[in-house]
Amino acid sequence: MTFDVNRIRQDFPILNREVRPGVKLVYLDTTATSQKPEVVIEAMNTFYRHSNANIHRGVHTLAEEATGMYEQARIKIAKFINAGSPHQVIYTRNTTESINLVAYTWARANLKPGDLIILTEMEHHSNLVPWHILAAERGVRLEFIPVLDDGLLDLEAYRLLLKQSPKLVSFTHMSNVLGTITPAAEIIKLAHEAGAITVLDAAQSVPHTKVDVQALDVDFMAFSAHKMCGPTGIGVLYGKTKLLEDMPPFLGGGDMIKEVKLRSFRPNTVPSKFEAGTPAIAESVGFGAAVDYLSSIGMDEIAGHEHEIIEYALERLEEVPGLKIFGPPASQKGGVASFTFDGIHPHDVAQILDRDGVAVRAGHHCAQPLHEKFGISATTRASFYLYSTKEEVDTLINGLYNVKKVFG
Amino acid sequence: MDDLYREVIIEHYKNPAFRGRLNPKDISFEDSNPLCGDHIVIDLKVDENNKVADARFDGHGCAISQASADLLLESIIGKSIDEVKALNKQTILDLLGIDLGPVRLKCALLSLKVLKAGVYGLGEASDELVE
Repeated sequence: MTFDVNRIRQDFPILNREVRPGVKLVYLDTTATSQKPEVVIEAMNTFYRHSNANIHRGVHTLAEEATGMYEQARIKIAKFINAGSPHQVIYTRNTTESINLVAYTWARANLKPGDLIILTEMEHHSNLVPWHILAAERGVRLEFIPVLDDGLLDLEAYRLLLKQSPKLVSFTHMSNVLGTITPAAEIIKLAHEAGAITVLDAAQSVPHTKVDVQALDVDFMAFSAHKMCGPTGIGVLYGKTKLLEDMPPFLGGGDMIKEVKLRSFRPNTVPSKFEAGTPAIAESVGFGAAVDYLSSIGMDEIAGHEHEIIEYALERLEEVPGLKIFGPPASQKGGVASFTFDGIHPHDVAQILDRDGVAVRAGHHCAQPLHEKFGISATTRASFYLYSTKEEVDTLINGLYNVKKVFG
Repeated sequence: MDDLYREVIIEHYKNPAFRGRLNPKDISFEDSNPLCGDHIVIDLKVDENNKVADARFDGHGCAISQASADLLLESIIGKSIDEVKALNKQTILDLLGIDLGPVRLKCALLSLKVLKAGVYGLGEASDELVE
């Protein structure tokens, strides 16, 4: 089946909406959250109308159905990332919670004062702050793989850091600002050779390209449903079985236990051990539908389309006088273009683009240290997905000339 | 054309009358908006009658935050410190002459937060100051 973006756009009801009368939505903010196709909205709608019940332990028909759907979605997600077993897929609220889960359980059980954690300078706050908290509490040390001027990681510096025998290397698979795709397989292999455990922040990669956890040999991987056509409120932590089994539980409560006495408890097995309380059940069903939807189109086809769009976008953006793009060339990045524009504050750029229906993001995109590195406080970011078109890029470019007029 | 970039706002953003620093000064305070990195410092000179004799702001940020700082300082010259303490969100919206959504409101209110934290002698500028 050939990739037909106009047919795909029909799957997303919101893309037909006008932002105000006569102004069509041009949604270029997928990196923050993706739009949802009808099949995902409908799957959750049907769940609530037809099968809603709490999962596990209930023996009535609805409870059986809901439990089945919740676990079925886990199987789909496991297959999507080529996990060896669905038990390696732990439901969380989002990528942030997944990384925190590793920090609060594995890291607190395994790291001692003075132990080294390697991160990178391009991390999202969600892969910085959990480690800051741990460093303050446990006295672990943090070192950072530098980002070079072209937006790529300095792997030579990484090799040197590895000589300090880190215990953990936690890094992004794709920068949410620069779009840089990191050489994850190589970073993981080198980390393992140095005896470190790895965490991959895949929030921006799993939605856009085929990610195979077994081929990567990654120890933990975190991602969110809402950036991949699924609902908000649900994400995943993938982990290697042995690590997950040896880890202490995360939150305490219902479902994560085998047995509770007045003064003690025995934790459940993986993955329930990490899923305390009533989870996001309808959202898991939506997540499963999102994975089905993306698979039906094909991740390679989606990545190919996005590559075509970002190539075109960078080419057009470079024509705009006064505009500076951050990050590597299209060949080394995903569908993200962050830029500064002629000294005009990104908030103003974004606000004036909104007049033309163009939705972009302005700010530090939860990556303040990275912006500091480049000596700027904020950027405007346009990001693309399977439903983005070249015409939308053109609307963005025209909008930028309108921004210039206002501030002329 | 929406109102957000009314000529008066662009004018105050491009040619602010009150941009700069005062030396000496009686009150000085600065703060940032963590959402977007906007930063504003405000200096005040207060006369013997406890009225604002002069005011300046410096910093960087979007047109809304910088224009509202300029408009705000213009409006408080000659006002008593008690009057400055009584200013609120509506003051800024009236000065700008526009309605703002919750996100941009934070940009618009940054200067008022800084000003009020300064006149109250507080350690930190909080949202409650401008409610």
